[in-house]
Amino acid sequence: MRVWVALAVLGFALAAGVGARLWFARPAPVPGPEVVRLEPMTFRHRLDGDWRRDGRPVDPPRAELRIPAPVWIMVRPVSVADYMACVDEGACGMPSGPRGADLPVTGVNWLDANAYATWLSRRTGQPWRLPTDVEWAQGAGDLFRDDALGIADDPANPAVRWIAEYEAEAARSRTRDRDIRPAGTLNRSGTGMRDIGGAVWEWTSTCLRQVDVDAQGRVLRERPNCGIYIAEGLHRAALTVFVRDPKSGGCSVGTPPDNLGFRLVREGV
Amino acid sequence: MTFTPMTRRTVLAGAAIAGALSQVHAVVAETKEVLTPVAASAEGLPRVKVTLVDPPFVHAHEQVATSGPKIVEFEMTIHEKKIVLDDDGTETFAFAFNGTVPGPLMVVHEGDYVELTLINPETNDLMHNIDFHASTGALGGGGLTQVNPGEKCVLRFKATKAGVFVYHCAPPGMVAWHVVSGMNGAIMVLPRDGLKDGKGNPLHYDRVYYVGEQDFYVPRDETGAFRKYDSPADAYDDTLKVMRTLTPTHIVFNGRVGALTGDSAMTAKVGETVLIVHSQANRDTRPHLIGGHGNFVWATGKFHNAPDTDQETWFIPGGTAGAALYTFEQPGIYAYVNHNLIEAFELGAAAHFKVEGDWNNDLMTQVLAPTAV
Repeated sequence: MRVWVALAVLGFALAAGVGARLWFARPAPVPGPEVVRLEPMTFRHRLDGDWRRDGRPVDPPRAELRIPAPVWIMVRPVSVADYMACVDEGACGMPSGPRGADLPVTGVNWLDANAYATWLSRRTGQPWRLPTDVEWAQGAGDLFRDDALGIADDPANPAVRWIAEYEAEAARSRTRDRDIRPAGTLNRSGTGMRDIGGAVWEWTSTCLRQVDVDAQGRVLRERPNCGIYIAEGLHRAALTVFVRDPKSGGCSVGTPPDNLGFRLVREGV
Repeated sequence: MTFTPMTRRTVLAGAAIAGALSQVHAVVAETKEVLTPVAASAEGLPRVKVTLVDPPFVHAHEQVATSGPKIVEFEMTIHEKKIVLDDDGTETFAFAFNGTVPGPLMVVHEGDYVELTLINPETNDLMHNIDFHASTGALGGGGLTQVNPGEKCVLRFKATKAGVFVYHCAPPGMVAWHVVSGMNGAIMVLPRDGLKDGKGNPLHYDRVYYVGEQDFYVPRDETGAFRKYDSPADAYDDTLKVMRTLTPTHIVFNGRVGALTGDSAMTAKVGETVLIVHSQANRDTRPHLIGGHGNFVWATGKFHNAPDTDQETWFIPGGTAGAALYTFEQPGIYAYVNHNLIEAFELGAAAHFKVEGDWNNDLMTQVLAPTAV
């Protein structure tokens, strides 16, 4: 793998320098996407996952967090045109969403998103991957939605929280914009990251975790389920890796995300 | 006839206005003496005029008749309009009694006369009529109610059979197309002394909801995307081809995916008894209340038969309305579905009940929350 990347980098240098790319059987390197740099800085964040106290669901706590190292995050989600280059080379699965070249690619599952990251890494010689929940949240900045219910669970009546969740989802649906807008056109956060919280949810590398806490909020037990990943959007969703079209998700109640897409980050300088 | 786009848009806008919420008068069966159960003719009977409301709600009515037979007047205008079936914006042309899919639930008592004024406005393109499964003769009234655009007619029939019954449009040569364009509804003919449990004990409901299930057959283009058309006539040939596959693209409650969910979820309180009237004018269905039951179920909808009790799922054959009575015992969100779960969750045949009240730990309790083995 390292040799591969090195060759690609060499190829890119030669192509740029002396136009000698015909010497290489490999296709032309793609230019890297536009990115913004996220520096480690402490911020308050509503943690991801399913949290329970005494076996009953509670909102995850808010915590002071800091990403461990600087990353570069894509300004825009991966577009149909970006993604189809990978499909055309046989390295990515076909997306099921609309095909307008300037739209964010949708109808991709977690495995597709990772296949694209692998392909892009090879083609650019840079290590691309899905962002974590925390990285995505820092990029989204002021546009990140705290999806806590703010409802204290009634120990005597579990239906209180179910109904509150249902009503929160209904309220969100009221103003929901269901059109997929061209990549880069929806909005812009303080960090410069665009297209947050529209009709597209974005995959992350964060597994769904279940966390049990005691009455003081101390973590008793934490189990990640890495068949299910967090997708970011108007609210956080937890989706199985192979789902491309969350609308036909199959839960009896609840509002699934509209469309699934992604953006990537890369580490280092 | 001339094409008048402004009028069509106006019709569409008018139909988007939500129906008024109307709850039922729970009239207790104090009146033991039911007057004149059957009239020899409609001559001289008192008349009442009913204002219909949009499903899932049902116009105010008595559960037990407090007077003798009467002539109950209804009026329905037929709307030809484009409707949106799902959140993806899939469109189809609907033919809608009173402007809604399904048409409104009409309620009378056994022995009453139903007198319907059916109006086909000048702005429509097609001839329509109405076939009441509850009526006797003339193809259910279809033979006496063929109205062209710009015409109206009045049909009167005597409600001699008690139960919930489908009504639908049945124009010669185009019956199936009109029915799967949403042109159907239901009528409830209550026994004059109300509903019974099969052992002679009266049954009452605090709320009644009308769920009209509809299969739609929307053509697709070469890429698999749903096609849009400029008029019902343009859509006809392609739609018929999809219909002949017997494979619906959508199966929905009350005209669109999610019509009875979220802000529009049906509501009840713990301890309340709800009557759910469910019609499917074309295709078999199998209603199920997830987390609840059908305490008393008339699956084929006819009230002089003893209801089935304690049902999990009940079968309503295509072309039939059924009724289920349930008293909610736990709070929460209930899904009311066609328990072919592919039809429910992939094609749309799902609704929700939001039920508030106190949790009953005796009925169900979480002894051990999910924990490590």
